[in-house]
Amino acid sequence: MRRHLAARLLKSLVVVVIVSTISFFLIRLAPGDPFAYEGANFTPAIRAQWRAQFGYDRPVTEQYARYLSSIAHGQFGYSHSGRRPVSEALADAIPRTLLLAGVSLVLSFALGITLGVVQATQRGKWLDRALSGTLLFFYSLPDFWFAIMMLLVFAFWLPVFPPGGVIDAVMHSYMSPWDAFADRVMHLVLPAVTLTLLTSAAIARYQRSAMLDVLPMEFVQVARAKGVSERSIVWRHALRAALTPVITLLGLLMPVLVGGSLFVETVFNWNGMGLLTADAIRLRDYDLVTAAVVVGAVVVALGNLLADLLHAVVDPRLRN
Amino acid sequence: MTASTRAALSRIWSIRATRWSGAIIVGLFLVAIFAKYVAPYSPSAQLDIVHLKNLAPSHAHPFGTDAYSRDVLSRVIFGARISLSVAALSVLLATTIGSAYGVVAGYVGGRVDATMMHILDALLSIPRVLLLLAVLALWQPVGLAGLILLLGVTGWYGTSRLVRAEVRSARDREYMVAARALGASHWRIVRRHLLPNIAGPIIVAATLGVANVIVLEAGLSFLGVGAREPNASWGTIFLSGSSAPTDTWWVALFPGLAIVVTVLAFNVLGDALRDVLDPRQLPGGIPASDTTTHTQPRTG
Repeated sequence: MRRHLAARLLKSLVVVVIVSTISFFLIRLAPGDPFAYEGANFTPAIRAQWRAQFGYDRPVTEQYARYLSSIAHGQFGYSHSGRRPVSEALADAIPRTLLLAGVSLVLSFALGITLGVVQATQRGKWLDRALSGTLLFFYSLPDFWFAIMMLLVFAFWLPVFPPGGVIDAVMHSYMSPWDAFADRVMHLVLPAVTLTLLTSAAIARYQRSAMLDVLPMEFVQVARAKGVSERSIVWRHALRAALTPVITLLGLLMPVLVGGSLFVETVFNWNGMGLLTADAIRLRDYDLVTAAVVVGAVVVALGNLLADLLHAVVDPRLRN
Repeated sequence: MTASTRAALSRIWSIRATRWSGAIIVGLFLVAIFAKYVAPYSPSAQLDIVHLKNLAPSHAHPFGTDAYSRDVLSRVIFGARISLSVAALSVLLATTIGSAYGVVAGYVGGRVDATMMHILDALLSIPRVLLLLAVLALWQPVGLAGLILLLGVTGWYGTSRLVRAEVRSARDREYMVAARALGASHWRIVRRHLLPNIAGPIIVAATLGVANVIVLEAGLSFLGVGAREPNASWGTIFLSGSSAPTDTWWVALFPGLAIVVTVLAFNVLGDALRDVLDPRQLPGGIPASDTTTHTQPRTG
């Protein structure tokens, strides 16, 4: 198992390097550069000077070599839109996204697994059918549309929650610690619920069919024959076996979550990686865009590694 | 049409869900094709920029009008053309690439297969939305053909995994061995024996793929890098309504509902087709053999 994990880790590392190389060239070879934006009254001479200052006038291969060397020195380039190092921008944004995506991920797995198990035990009955329909509806919702509708209903028509942001921009610094915490929670609820409902639908659909695969198996029948209570059979014996495919989903869901948080953060003005990326792309902030794609690839790789580890936790056969 | 195809079709027809979702999809395509005759106005006509802008839904304008006094219903009807054709064509492209890649990997096997699967793993770990967003935004203007091409070449990974798994399980079946023993060429075996036998799962994956791409294209258009005026898709129309959702909610609501109805219809159809054509496949077009082999961790 340890060797297997080490091999996976090495493979993920290679993949991340390849992804960052491809994205670097895709981005740098695009027409224009961070200084080509229209609007502001900068003369061509000034723009040319900036290009020279930040090395955008060099051949792309040389730019790539310089980029690699700066990464080796712990720097990920310079964010022109934020006028600060990319590493600083990432350090600000990543924790916020971790909070939103982490809370949503935990909630959606809890909700999705519960719903899937309940559905499988009620197979074909009205509850299963009603839940199947509801989940398929949520599964079919475009994330950005659902996010805006949530915002519209729960922030404007019924103004229960704040209409966006991570904290109250004006009042937060004047609040007592308790109020400041409550302020954070209130800002978190809408985006987290939106992301949770969108992701849990996929998990529940998956858990239901995994559970239906396991329930007719012999060890379930044996447990039932031995007089184990139905509740214990479902939630301890069968669920444990039916978790393996769902854990695989953790790795497969990461790209979905990266995309989903991009839309949800954009709509709710949540200042994390998603919003940072969207802004960086709009402002042609090349180093920041490259870093964002790499962070996305790292998240996907970590999701797959985590899925491998969890497989070993639920399936004793994989431990040695 | 062979007897087994006819049997599959009659089983598909016997499910109520496929009948109504199929009817919705056919209806949507008809509306898209005959948009000119169905839509009450031209999608780009600014009816009266002073008196008819930002009107709430009414009898004359069931979906209201937007900030340029354009009829939202007409725009949604014409938007169906863009949304459906982009999704259908890019899924066609993705299914072709994915099937070819999966067949080669699964049929040839050995080191070729291992290498191709490693490449696939690398491709799978690039977040698709980020990549598309970056490329579309930085290389603009890309145009509709470019959009279809990009959605196609980034959308085949799942299909190729599925096809590879199917090919590997079919490779040593008796009909394949028999065809080989009779001296059929590889090309003939793949075309006449292999592909017809694994068509079911591919059709299921493609149906679910259309639903997926409609949402993805709408999302990219919502971010301003997908379909653009004058080729407005549902996502583009939604973008124009989302800037002021509290004032003109109808410009955001109706194109979104069109997306939801369409995607729901494709998902219902895909689920029902899966029950008939490929009962082993799990939701989301993931091959069963990838996940239900509990004895080994996923090594790709």
